[in-house]
Amino acid sequence: MDDAARILQLVVNGAASGCIYGLIALGFVLIYKATEMVNFAQGDVMMLGGFVAYTLISTYHLPYWFGAILAIVITGAFGYALDALILRRVIGQPQFAVVMLTLGLGFIFRAAAGITWGYDSVGFNTPFTNKTANVGGLVLGQDNLSIIVGTVILCGVLYLFFSKTRIGVAMQAASQNQLAAYYMGIPVRTIFSLIWAISAGTACLAGILLSPVSMIDVNMGFLGIKAFAAAVIGGFGSIPGSLVGGVIVGIVEQFAGYKLPAGFQEVTSNVVLLLMLFIRPQGLFAERMGKRV
Amino acid sequence: MRYLFRTQYRQDIALWRHNGDRFWYAVLAVLVLIAPSVLGEFYIGELGAVYIFAIAGVGLMLLVGYTGLISLGHAAFLGIGAYVNAVLLAQGVPFLITLPVAGLFTALCGAAIGRPTLRMSGLYLAIATLAFGSIVGTVFQKWTAVTGGFDGFAVPTPYIFGIAVEGATGIYYVSLVVLAFVLWVSANLLRSPIGRAMVAIRDSEVSAQSMGIHLARYKTLVFAVSAGMTGLAGALFAHYVRFLAPDAFDVLLSVQFVTIVFVGGLGSLRGAILGAMFVRLLPQFIAIVRDDLPFGIGRLPGLEPSLFGLVLVFVILFQPGGLNGMWLKAKQWFQAFPFKRQTSFRRQKSYAKSERLR
Repeated sequence: MDDAARILQLVVNGAASGCIYGLIALGFVLIYKATEMVNFAQGDVMMLGGFVAYTLISTYHLPYWFGAILAIVITGAFGYALDALILRRVIGQPQFAVVMLTLGLGFIFRAAAGITWGYDSVGFNTPFTNKTANVGGLVLGQDNLSIIVGTVILCGVLYLFFSKTRIGVAMQAASQNQLAAYYMGIPVRTIFSLIWAISAGTACLAGILLSPVSMIDVNMGFLGIKAFAAAVIGGFGSIPGSLVGGVIVGIVEQFAGYKLPAGFQEVTSNVVLLLMLFIRPQGLFAERMGKRV
Repeated sequence: MRYLFRTQYRQDIALWRHNGDRFWYAVLAVLVLIAPSVLGEFYIGELGAVYIFAIAGVGLMLLVGYTGLISLGHAAFLGIGAYVNAVLLAQGVPFLITLPVAGLFTALCGAAIGRPTLRMSGLYLAIATLAFGSIVGTVFQKWTAVTGGFDGFAVPTPYIFGIAVEGATGIYYVSLVVLAFVLWVSANLLRSPIGRAMVAIRDSEVSAQSMGIHLARYKTLVFAVSAGMTGLAGALFAHYVRFLAPDAFDVLLSVQFVTIVFVGGLGSLRGAILGAMFVRLLPQFIAIVRDDLPFGIGRLPGLEPSLFGLVLVFVILFQPGGLNGMWLKAKQWFQAFPFKRQTSFRRQKSYAKSERLR
């Protein structure tokens, strides 16, 4: 069954999982652009966000929309605290110290989630679970469509936030030049913590959108590794690039799962990542700039 | 307190700073040589494993501690070394050839993966090695014709000049010899121009480059040496475990290796050995106290990795010098007794160094 409908189906499924990778990668990129730190625990933050949403919606029986927004806010506050209490202390230590610190935090999050929510997969009912939409004769899962639509909406909101609001512009300024922003009276440290909060909130949204497609469990943080491929393809530092990279990785993965023998689908994102580093290490959306001593 | 009066440059780069060093390291050498006749079989096995991890730790220390690059895929290099060694031994190649071949082949793999990624910032190496590690892990599982897949691979007994290297004691001595060799290579590398280039790259890439250091060449060289040492450790690891399973070489093992470097103390070979002792002994310690812990903490499935994570976080936040730093502080305290000063080890204020290209 190699017809056009089948191909289109794969593309949509790939774009949906790619949007998840893109959202996680967006979290890396936001933090990287601002603070030059890379959060290797981003996938685990997504896992925590998913579990928080599960607790609110499934255990406390909150309505889906309200629960989802509350979960995003809670995870965002967690991200703020993470930066304000822990990450801020390692500013000035070499970059790889931050890499190891966030990796260590990821292991701790995983253990904490295991203690709190157990090691079984859980899920909650969403308005999109097990429903299909008929688009022009093509039967698509609403869960996949909701991921794509949710990502597009989030991107619009973030775009408006960064370009129109005062605090968004302050964030851009702090990312571009900390010292100048500081001189202009921008509270750079608070701004950085807020960026961590946005990044954690994005990760939580990714977890919520992902929950109808795959269950929430302690090890879903390993998706973060695939998100690295998305970020690297996009050029690590470009926000649209991370989303495009995510979609590319997602679609390649779907086709690999369709064409290649079982077991190879898992590594395609890594292969794509390494190929990208061999061919065009600066990424698709690279900004070329000179070095300053 | 000892004051070294340096009159010539040779003293600056000497392997032994003074005769006290020579004496104490000679005592240590005698102790580790007679250890198998004093300690029991179990402890010798564990000590051998510590040596194997220390070999990989020294390799990674050159990369992380002295060049400022991080690799999250060293478990893959350990695995490559282990399988190359085991497969060649099974083909009937003598151990004295398979061991260096395992190291050299792993070094070549390291150069192949390092060459393209090291043109970019150090961060890309971390990500690329993470991806590489997961690809290699999958290859080990899927390439059943060579690795035997999940059925495992029984490692043949190695022979050195007709003598079988068997049991804990045999592995112990072979590992000790390789560890001594690796330490000798590293110590001499570090006092050569290459070593100074590595430290210069760590402290500032831009200034190193402007002093005429070819960044990509030196980084690739160090990465290859580091991978090669880990490959040697892998070859010995194969004999330590005797039965290779493809899922042993996962990300967690890579994180353990980096934990060796961080807990031991960045930028010291002694730290790599102290860190290896810590990383090998922590699981043993957990196994002993597991049943006595309150609230059923001991029975948590993810206890070990989360403890490693916790230790990493605490070391980075509160004790960036690691175990070696603690040792130096203790030594200083005794040497200066009773004149300990509050400010002796106060951390200097440091500022973020931007890697941004602007």
